Amino acid sequence: MLATQLLAEFKIQRDEDRCIRCKVCARQCGFEVHAYDEETDRMVSDQSKCAGCQRCAVLCPTGALTVALNPQSYAPNYNWTRERISDLKRQAETGGVLLTGCGNDKPMRIYWDHLVLDASQVTNPSIDPLREPMELRTFLGRRPKKLEVVDEQPVDGHPQVRIDLPLIFSALSYGAISSQAQESLARAATAVGTLFNSGEGGLPKALRGYGDHVIVQCASGRFGVDPDYLRRSAMIEIKIGQGAKPGIGGHLPGEKVSRSISAARRIPVGTDALSPAPHHDIYSIEDLRTLIYALKEATNYEKPVSVKIAAVNNAAAIASGIVRAGADVIAIDGLRGGTGAAPKVIRDNVGVPIEMALASVDSRLRSEGLRNECSIIAAGGFRCSADVIKAVALGADAVYLGTAALVAMGCTLCQKCYTGICNWGICTTDPYLSKRINPDIASKRLIAFLSAWALEIKEMLGGMGINAIESLRGNREHLRGVGLSDWELEVLGVKGAGQ
Amino acid sequence: MLDLELRNNPYRDDKVMGSCSVFGMMEMRGRCVKGEPVIEAMSSMKERSNGLGGGFAVYGLYPRHSSDYAFHVMYESVQGKELTEAELERNFDVVHDEEMPTNPHNGVPDPPILWRYFVSPPPEDGTRFQELVAREVTHINTTVRDAYVFSSARNMGVFKGVGFPEDIARFFMLDEYRGYIWLAHGRFPTNTQAWWGGAHPFSLLDWAVVHNGEISSYGTNRRFVEDYGYRCNFFTDTEVVAYAIDLLVRRHGLSIEMASKVLAPPLWDRIDRMPEPKRALYSSLRSNYAGLLLNGPFSVIIGREGEMIGLTDRMKLRPLAAATGSNMLYLSSEEAPIRLVAEDLERVWSPLGGIPVIGRLGEGISYDDEEA
Repeated sequence: MLATQLLAEFKIQRDEDRCIRCKVCARQCGFEVHAYDEETDRMVSDQSKCAGCQRCAVLCPTGALTVALNPQSYAPNYNWTRERISDLKRQAETGGVLLTGCGNDKPMRIYWDHLVLDASQVTNPSIDPLREPMELRTFLGRRPKKLEVVDEQPVDGHPQVRIDLPLIFSALSYGAISSQAQESLARAATAVGTLFNSGEGGLPKALRGYGDHVIVQCASGRFGVDPDYLRRSAMIEIKIGQGAKPGIGGHLPGEKVSRSISAARRIPVGTDALSPAPHHDIYSIEDLRTLIYALKEATNYEKPVSVKIAAVNNAAAIASGIVRAGADVIAIDGLRGGTGAAPKVIRDNVGVPIEMALASVDSRLRSEGLRNECSIIAAGGFRCSADVIKAVALGADAVYLGTAALVAMGCTLCQKCYTGICNWGICTTDPYLSKRINPDIASKRLIAFLSAWALEIKEMLGGMGINAIESLRGNREHLRGVGLSDWELEVLGVKGAGQ
Repeated sequence: MLDLELRNNPYRDDKVMGSCSVFGMMEMRGRCVKGEPVIEAMSSMKERSNGLGGGFAVYGLYPRHSSDYAFHVMYESVQGKELTEAELERNFDVVHDEEMPTNPHNGVPDPPILWRYFVSPPPEDGTRFQELVAREVTHINTTVRDAYVFSSARNMGVFKGVGFPEDIARFFMLDEYRGYIWLAHGRFPTNTQAWWGGAHPFSLLDWAVVHNGEISSYGTNRRFVEDYGYRCNFFTDTEVVAYAIDLLVRRHGLSIEMASKVLAPPLWDRIDRMPEPKRALYSSLRSNYAGLLLNGPFSVIIGREGEMIGLTDRMKLRPLAAATGSNMLYLSSEEAPIRLVAEDLERVWSPLGGIPVIGRLGEGISYDDEEA
């Protein structure tokens, strides 16, 4: 077989004067880029294998390593970019669908960066969150059209889940991520009073104690779904789709299905875990209703049921149907949502940006008079607290954070999650690699980043003269667009700056 | 009024902003009294308004038509009057109508045509008739050319216009009327194109609202009430307050006390410390009606048949003073005007944020600051 024609993506530069041959880089790299050559007493690198995850550069005790984009290039060509040429060559060598990890990395417009926030001047006072109370508590679930109060007591209504800040960890399944990473998420969610999402890989026995803080997924493969799993949760989520791969199922290769993963997913060791593209018992909205109520029956109507869809063209109409079908929460995952593995062509070309999908779903539910009857969780590429607060102003009750949580734990978005090798110990089940995540440390990092975002959200709320997050929900008057065309402003339901 | 939205919000701002003075007076036994103290009190708060809007709501002013619904209507053309009267004749039993008595020599420029109608309700089913009145008024206010209904309730009327409150009072010759509740408003809009219909009080059925503040949650509140069929054509906080209280009290059957815990709820920290079952009630009110929390500064005086309510935002970012004495309840933006017009006061206090002061005929005054 011919050697590959591909250019190395990254170039590794080693400062020989600094290198002390400690071999940390060799031990840290699961892709086996670095090796020690005894004959010359030097470290050598095979940069063609490098994922650019920066683990070696960060851990090198003498700072001898620099991993940078490989400046080697083909002749400049706007149409045939290096990525296009490389992808095609890779396919010519393998004949396969190209896989990737993480969210869409293409330069499509990020609307968060074209929305600016309001602040109070003169006619009402801004509020300093360091001196005044500022409330982020949020409830997820169905609200009655009218609250029944008899003898000064509310008549028991629909179950609602309380979260102390509008930030929830997105679905990251055991198997896709390591048990250490999942435990870190569980611990952090519990500490700050929010939720994590089990993903579709079941819930390992060790994490069942975190039931009050877990959203358990019921996905097309039904992995790990049993009565105990459902009853121990704070909320149940039917996963219809995922922003990174709308219309596509999942595939956890058999070699990753270890004893513990087999126990969590309830499948035999070593078998492929295939999540079909659709739920084969949901081919229509009335089928969805059946599953929603089956789950409610199974849990005695004590848990809100969420339905998660990928943001697609008709998301607004679909969302309206989902609420009418009985869902208490709708989660919408946008174009830039992450994944552990997806066909690159799907990730980069299918879906709608979350900003647009969220705005149109919120508007549709309002015009149908349904908005107050459900909660909306927005997902898909939230990078900072400003993105979150803008999403709340567009109508979200809370946001799902997946990639952001991974980055807080160590992820550098090298997009090689699908290989099963993760030098940061997150997206792998290899015990040698996964023990790099210490839940004591990783959960502290997660708590710190959530707390930092919460503080920033309070600052921005206070600036707008608002002291409770619910007063910003759907309050698009507090947003203005910059550099957007009329149709974009119309979909977002915001005025242009200065208007 | 055709193009009501544009009329009240010519620059298409997110909402029409304005600050102001508010004053309310209630005779607790229901005896009707003259409004001179109210006018004098408003006059003493002149700095709080800028001459671009003043108005009054009077309860109990039509003893001879006490069971009839009184429609106070402004017209900007004879055609508007004809169209509206055809509407009223078609839907209601109009027992009497007349031009609103005014004093043309007091310097209020360019008044519209002002007319009032007395409508006799059918003997049965008061709630259905209320709905009909509400629908009809909304219809006239949003679609009939050059016409706008100030108020449409039993034995209650709104008088308002462009000018300082004392000028408006003289124009409408309010010294001719007696009422057991008087509400007054002096406006300081930041929007300069004032018009008569845009002045306060804002009224819906027997609710009348005078309001000082700028609610930062306006967009959220507006979308919430629109979910229940209200249309916010005025783009003012005051309108949203009126719809919110109407939804909670008339349509959802909550008490005024409970409704005030929706509009200005205690902080979660405080709710968490409440004993059961109070905690459950407050928590439920707040989480289910989260979209009706009025966030940001406001003080509001709300009138309805037999009741006057004063309420501020939970942080008390706008002033409100209350006083009682000689069977009277006073609510005011400032304490000084109360002291100016009433001498023998028993109690003068500054109500805490979010704690309603409620005067109720036959029940007295309630102000429960225990939880504060």
